[in-house]
Amino acid sequence: MKPAKFEYHKPETLEEALALLAEYGDEARIIAGGQSLVPMMNMRLAQPAHLVDINNIEGLSYIRANNGSLEIGALTRHRQVEESSLLVQACPPMPAAARNIGHYGLRARGSIGGSLALADPSAEFPLMAMLLNAEISTRSAVGARSILARDFFVSVFTTTLEPGEIVTQVSLRALGQSEGWGFRWLARRSGDYAIVNAAATLALNGAGQIDRISLALGGVGATPLRLSQLEQESRGKAVGGDWAREIAAQAAAQIDPESDKNASAEFRKELIEVLLAAALEDALRRMEGRMAA
Amino acid sequence: MSKLPIRLTVNGDSHEVSVEPRKLLSDVLREDLRLTGTHVGCEHGVCGACTVLVDGAPTRACLIFAIQMEGREITTVEGLTPAEGLSPLQQALHEEHGLQCGFCTPGIVTTFEAYLRENPDPTEADIREVLAGNLCRCTGYQNIVRAIGKAAKAMREGATT
Repeated sequence: MKPAKFEYHKPETLEEALALLAEYGDEARIIAGGQSLVPMMNMRLAQPAHLVDINNIEGLSYIRANNGSLEIGALTRHRQVEESSLLVQACPPMPAAARNIGHYGLRARGSIGGSLALADPSAEFPLMAMLLNAEISTRSAVGARSILARDFFVSVFTTTLEPGEIVTQVSLRALGQSEGWGFRWLARRSGDYAIVNAAATLALNGAGQIDRISLALGGVGATPLRLSQLEQESRGKAVGGDWAREIAAQAAAQIDPESDKNASAEFRKELIEVLLAAALEDALRRMEGRMAA
Repeated sequence: MSKLPIRLTVNGDSHEVSVEPRKLLSDVLREDLRLTGTHVGCEHGVCGACTVLVDGAPTRACLIFAIQMEGREITTVEGLTPAEGLSPLQQALHEEHGLQCGFCTPGIVTTFEAYLRENPDPTEADIREVLAGNLCRCTGYQNIVRAIGKAAKAMREGATT
């Protein structure tokens, strides 16, 4: 349980870090919070020859509003997302997601850029990135890119990031004034990754029909999923009776999760129905609460 | 790779040690600085026994390299213990029988020193949620929860007098 040898680099600027990454290519790993990387190094599942520590680079940790979007610097810790009054007001699913990551002691250190780059398919921030139309900004020695979340996640622990490329920021849409949201999950123990997690946003038109809806699921495939087609089909649907359960049942019918040691495919399908319906009902309740306030 | 000299600030004292970059903070604290109050359980961030404070924030010492800690203020359970007697949290754990073997206790003390500073008046649910990050195999947690509630109250009253 001790890491293999590596050479340690502590760049003070982003440019220095990019030069190191360009020099060492796939021999190098970036360490930010290290809450996933160091366990993998301790178990020698990861043995990078070069470790580039970005914790001393200034200007990568911030949460700010910009033109209706919320921009979060890659080195922002989960606790900062959890405690941000700006996010609580303008993008409340993000603090709710952050509060559910690991444990208190891990959230003080883990970073949002690291969580996105790791791309665990049942992690909270990748799910929220899909739900909230995230754009992920990156830099490398050869330039800058902005990548939509739906193009960013490729497979389990796999993104479109190239060797030498570093996540610098994630930009998310703010929720509208009359928009509700829901986030539900099932994990066997507090702090575990979810077996399945589900998130939704909801806004109605004047006739009480769905005007805008977004649906995202984690833990049911190789990446978090956004159910764009079902969202289209649900527009105009009246919210009454079993509306949430009906949408969730359609979602479950469209998805073929795999069985693994944590849960069977059948159980995951059932969780999709239960959790997505509950997330939608939460979204309606919160929307009504905001309208009444 | 050979050892490199680094300077660490632990419990207010500055130490120069020579370590390999791959050496975990938990091992440097225990082996090089002989601060064996920081316990090493799982070595992959699950058990919480090695929790120390880095610039006041609770941090798993097994998930960080000592070489990363230059310029930071590290506080271990030794640094939270008064010269005479016990801290309010330690005293409450003692009084409420919040430990048996004591292996997990240093990590609980460090974690809740930080947490009670942020949230001096936690509910029982708050305490249980945070305590979920520290594994204890002796107590069944009941007495730890009670002790933390008692310590929080004692610290609030201490702060107002």
